[in-house]
Amino acid sequence: MKATNGMKATNGMPATDLALDSVTLTAGARHLVKDVTLTARPGETIGLVGPNGSGKSSLLRAVYRVLRPDTGQVLVDGTNAWSLPVRQLARTVAAVVQEPGADVDLTVREVVAMGRTPHKRLLDGDTPEDAELIESALRSADATHLAARPFDRLSGGERQRVLIARALAQQPSLLVLDEPTNHLDIRHRLAILGTLRRLPATVLVALHDLNLAAYYCDRLYVLHDGEITASGPPAEVLTAPLLARVYGVTAEVAIHPRTGAPQVTFVPGEPLPDRDGGPGVSPHRV
Amino acid sequence: MTPPTTDRPTGPAVHRPQAGGKRTGRGTSAVTLLALAALLVVSVTAGLAIGSVHVPPGQVWGIVTHALGADWSEADWSEARETIVLDVRAPRVLLGAVTGAGLAVVGTALQALVRNPLAEPYLLGVSSGASLGAVAVIVFGVGVFGPVSLSAAAFAGALGALLLVYATARTGGRITSMRLVLSGVAIAAVLTAVLDLLLLTTDRGNETRAVLAWTLGGLGGVNWGTLWLPGLATLLGVGVLMVQARNLNLLLAGEEAATTMGLDVARFRARMFVLLSLITGVLVAAAGPIGFVGLMLPHIVRLFVGGDHRRVLPTAALGGAVFLVWADVAARTVAAPMEIPVGVLTALCGGPFFLWLMRRDARRGTDRGVA
Repeated sequence: MKATNGMKATNGMPATDLALDSVTLTAGARHLVKDVTLTARPGETIGLVGPNGSGKSSLLRAVYRVLRPDTGQVLVDGTNAWSLPVRQLARTVAAVVQEPGADVDLTVREVVAMGRTPHKRLLDGDTPEDAELIESALRSADATHLAARPFDRLSGGERQRVLIARALAQQPSLLVLDEPTNHLDIRHRLAILGTLRRLPATVLVALHDLNLAAYYCDRLYVLHDGEITASGPPAEVLTAPLLARVYGVTAEVAIHPRTGAPQVTFVPGEPLPDRDGGPGVSPHRV
Repeated sequence: MTPPTTDRPTGPAVHRPQAGGKRTGRGTSAVTLLALAALLVVSVTAGLAIGSVHVPPGQVWGIVTHALGADWSEADWSEARETIVLDVRAPRVLLGAVTGAGLAVVGTALQALVRNPLAEPYLLGVSSGASLGAVAVIVFGVGVFGPVSLSAAAFAGALGALLLVYATARTGGRITSMRLVLSGVAIAAVLTAVLDLLLLTTDRGNETRAVLAWTLGGLGGVNWGTLWLPGLATLLGVGVLMVQARNLNLLLAGEEAATTMGLDVARFRARMFVLLSLITGVLVAAAGPIGFVGLMLPHIVRLFVGGDHRRVLPTAALGGAVFLVWADVAARTVAAPMEIPVGVLTALCGGPFFLWLMRRDARRGTDRGVA
């Protein structure tokens, strides 16, 4: 199912089995995520969708070990992620997070090189193998031409691609991404999601765009108010009643004849007001 | 400002031998280090030569090599000059080099740890905490272990102040520049007030004057017997920080990102805070609170070698040493025979630098510590 691409250096990495077992996360008295059970089999690309504030980022934080579950477990290849040393987990799990970095005088290549850190001992230098992995990661994220540029002068979309390259340089067998296509133009959205889909690694990705999620993910989990409300292949999950219930919008879902993936078209609840005050579409604006 | 090159088609990009660029960077940084080391030798020589009694550089080297046991020159100098160079100036110049290097690396690491470009031991009140600790020992006279107890108390004071500033400035997992600097200023003000109170209520005329002079930061009063402690602290500090350079780099990516790349951020920061307080405490006990070295040097150095701590730390250490040796030469000579506390001079350079840095960050609109 997974096509191979030019990712020579990362082809050798194994894929990880991820299981969230009844994970509950709280902030103070408030539930962020409640009793979530989720599985990702080795090599699967799993999409996490849901409205703003539904708990997607919090759930991902529990996987990359920043937010500790109050109850439940995050099992990476059967081992509780929170029982492993941070460094050891980082050799298996990489993440692209939504967090502004500091204002740093680093070049793009230096930023991507950071991804090698969990594989290095403290005084180790960068080896030719590291350099090769870094170049390969830059290529996969279409960022090779940015390598020598200062990171803090890049546009938002360029930065995002560099951060994805950094995560790839970490050689993860599980890659966790929080809205990786934010700030990206449509061509790079497709390119990055295509790259992720072709990775041998297991991928867990939070996405806003339902059509992209439907096309690129093997299975989707829908989070609503911190709980999983539906899961399964995109065609089974993305239905008009579900979208009405979770997002409160009217939508039509059809299987796209060329992609074979479900295609969601949103129908605004009320017709746009005519400039003359009447309902319906204004003829001189068509 | 997206250049047209980003429109290059996706797919297997042409592999360019990029390692070359990296090697150039490493090469230039080695050249920079060598140049700075040479500059340091020149600076130390100047520090030994310049003063109320001028000793020619050749003679300085004669005296120094003679003292080190190399007898390849005729001892054509007076004993007084030998005393001036070896016993009066040498410890002082070396303390300057050691203190400059130590403060520069402390500032470098602190800026990474609190993820803020304005971090510096003096501005954050860490030096004030150290001063208060040291003065408390002097005033209450518990200094039975001499310089060691003074340094230990300064270390405790520094650590206390740093933790206090950090806890005050941090809200919701973030530290904004404004809160950081304001907390530092407020805590420094309180600590300095307590220090002044201690001095004023202590009935020790001459000693009070001496301590007051010390709180302005100065390298006088050091001798060979007390130099080893700051020397050891700086050496230890530079060594440990160099070993941790990769981890300091990770913090530049943000705390969550650093965690995902294998750094236990809370534990690492706690350990580093202890180390930085230790260096600051020992240096303040020896030389008084000298400000802005830890602010200026890291930023100047980054302009030349970039932000990778593996390059910034050694370069900043050498640069800081050179800077403070010259600052002390100026302190001794510009108003001779009066001596200006070196801390006053560093503040004269550092204050405007601080303002420039603040405006630069505002202009860039990238002071993302503020976010």
